[in-house]
Order: sequence, then C-alpha cells, then structure tokens
Amino acid sequence: MLTWFQSLGRSGLSFFERLGRATIFLIEILAGLPSLFLHFRLLVKELYSVGVLSMAIIVISGLTVGMVLGLQMYNTLADFGTEESLGPVVALSLVRELGPVLTALLFAGRAGSALTAEIGLMKATDQLSGMEMMAVDPVKRVVLPRYIAGVISMPLLAALFSMVGILGSYFVGVGLLGVDDGAFWSQMQDKVDLTSDVLNGVVKSFVFGVVSAWIAVYEGYDAVPTTEGVSRATTRTVVHTAFAVLGLDFVLTALMFGDV
Amino acid sequence: MQKTKNIEIMVGLFVAAGFAALFMLAMKVSNLSAFSENDTYTVQAQFDNIGGLKVRSPVRIGGVRIGRVSSIRYDDNKLEAVVHMIISNQHNKLPEDTSANIYTAGLLGEQYIGLEPGGSTEFLKNGDRIVETQSALVLERLIGHFLVNPPAEAAK
Repeated sequence: MLTWFQSLGRSGLSFFERLGRATIFLIEILAGLPSLFLHFRLLVKELYSVGVLSMAIIVISGLTVGMVLGLQMYNTLADFGTEESLGPVVALSLVRELGPVLTALLFAGRAGSALTAEIGLMKATDQLSGMEMMAVDPVKRVVLPRYIAGVISMPLLAALFSMVGILGSYFVGVGLLGVDDGAFWSQMQDKVDLTSDVLNGVVKSFVFGVVSAWIAVYEGYDAVPTTEGVSRATTRTVVHTAFAVLGLDFVLTALMFGDV
Repeated sequence: MQKTKNIEIMVGLFVAAGFAALFMLAMKVSNLSAFSENDTYTVQAQFDNIGGLKVRSPVRIGGVRIGRVSSIRYDDNKLEAVVHMIISNQHNKLPEDTSANIYTAGLLGEQYIGLEPGGSTEFLKNGDRIVETQSALVLERLIGHFLVNPPAEAAK
C-alpha cells in the first residue's frame, strides 16, 4: 500500500518535472527565434518534410471524411426534408471541429512522430553533442526550424483539410444524392461566419500546431538516447499530442462557441 | 542544387495551397462575399415580442435577403425589444414608412424580419427607426386564443 502511494507521488513529481523542463525548453526555442532568419533555408527544408509530405494524408483523409459526413448527414436530414442544410452542417462541423482536431491527430502521427524520432536518433548517435562541440547550438540549428515548420504547417493543413472535406461532401451531396447546387453553397454562406467560425477554426489549429510541435520536439530532445528510449519517445509524442489536442479542443470550443 | 530548388518549389506550392484553401473558406464558405460591413446602413425597429429572432437572422424584403440583424437588446424604459439591422447600401431606397414584421420561414423554420415598403417618397437613412412594426407570432398564444374563443363560436 505504501509503495503504491510512493509510486503515485513519484509519477506525480516526474510529471511536473517534465512539464517544467518542457516549458523551459519552449522558452529556449523561442529565445532563439531571431536566429531563424539566418537559417532560412533550414526552415524551408523542414517545411518540406513536415508540411509538404503531410499533404497527401491530409487531403485524402479530408476528402473521405467530407464524403462520409455528406452521406451520413444526408440520410438523417432527408427524414426532415431539409437536405439543403447539408452545406451548413458539413461546413460548420469541418471548419469548427473536425478540420483542426483531425488534422492535429494526423499531424502527430505523420509528422510529429517523425520529428521525435529524428531528433531522438540525433541525440542517440551523439550528433547533438557533436554540434555543441563545434559551438553550434543544436536548439537553434536542429530544433527551432522543425518547431516553427510545425507551427506554420498546422493552420495551412487544417484549412486544406476543411476545404477538401467540404468539396468531398459537395461531390457526394450534390453530385450523387441530388442536393440543389445553389442551395448547398448559399445556405452555407448564410450560416458560416467569417470571424466566429472560419477565423476561430484557424486560431484553434494554430494553438494545436504550437502544442503538438512543442510535444514532438521536446520528446525527441528529451528522449533516453537508446534505441528503446527513442521508440518510447515516439509513442509518447503521439499519445500525449492526442490527449493535449482533445483536451484543449474542449476548452477552446467552450471559449469560442460556448455562448452561441 | 536542383534538389533544393525542387524542395523550394514544393514548399511554395504547399504554402500557396494552404492559403488558397483559407481564401476559399473565406470567400466561398463564409458570409464574407454576401456582405461587407462598409457597404451597409443601420436602421432600428422596436417590437413587443421578437419570438425566436437572433443576431444574424436575415432581413428580407419581398422574400429577397437584403440584410441581417446586427444586435438585439431590451429597452427597460420603453419595455420593448430594440432590434438593430444592417441593410446593404444597394437597397437604400426604402420608403420612410416601411413596416417591419417578424415572420417564420415555414411552420418550424427560422424567424426573420420581413420589410414591407410603404408609399412615402422620403427614404430610410442610416440610424433611422422603423415605426410600424408587428411582433412575432407566438404559436402558444395563438393556440391559447383559439381554445378560449373557438372560431366557430366567433363566427356566430
């Protein structure tokens, strides 16, 4: 019994220790922000591996999610004779919730885990300490461009996801199921507000980008420098990002859309 | 060298695609294209009961959407609801004695403000008040009314 309390206390303490270390690490990263302009090419390279290579999975998932959403919503809405509401229903759920959240989860699986593994392996193979020997700051050189690339990519990927999803539901709803073309778009424009829906969705995905890229680079940089340590860190990235994103989503939704 | 150039092109395409998606969300999905705030004028109207009217409910004239409700508040002195609506500047030739009614689209649909033009040669300007208004039809009150005075009896 006593050992149980001991282990509970230990895991609690280690949680706060890790949170503190992660926060200090984030401040270190952000302090190096001005040096990013010297290494602009590095940022472009990371944008390629984080953003461009994630595009395929984002576009395909967005398309299928939109198509399924269109199909399912149509069946329910048809019962009430309001098939034309398909546009606003799909657009609102994608722009407000599914776009940012699913993009962040896919991003954690596709790009976040890769970031962690890359940085963790650099640490395990002593590349990071090698840089320090050459008086190159690994935080500025390795971590910062990856972090910023993640933060920039996320809102763009989320916007892409939402737009492709809406097009997917348009193909299914208007193309296959025969919802009126004009009603689909005009009802959507009636119901979706630029600031309170689209802009809040962008803010949401930006917050998710800040958090999930932070978790990814921190887990990599903090990984135990062994093969097993890196694999654990990669798993933790995906799991912690999922928790953080889903928890934050609730808080952000309550703040943004709670009183509507 | 060729490799880095390719990477740069791909990143450029990615960023462009992201912004294009954002732009499409703004223009095609949201209400940005329907109304730009600058191009409107505001009028107000007072109602005894606004029913289910909400901010952003449509304002229609002859069934055509020309504006939306921008704010709703309750005036404690006049004991009436004050509704502000913004109307597109395209439609700035509404007669001064236009009346405002609250209608429901279909039996269960959303509520909107329907304007009916009067005959005056003066036009409504920014900040004007629509004097003639008719409150929302509250279904429960209507049913209650019929229960108390059935129409068959009223015909006698």
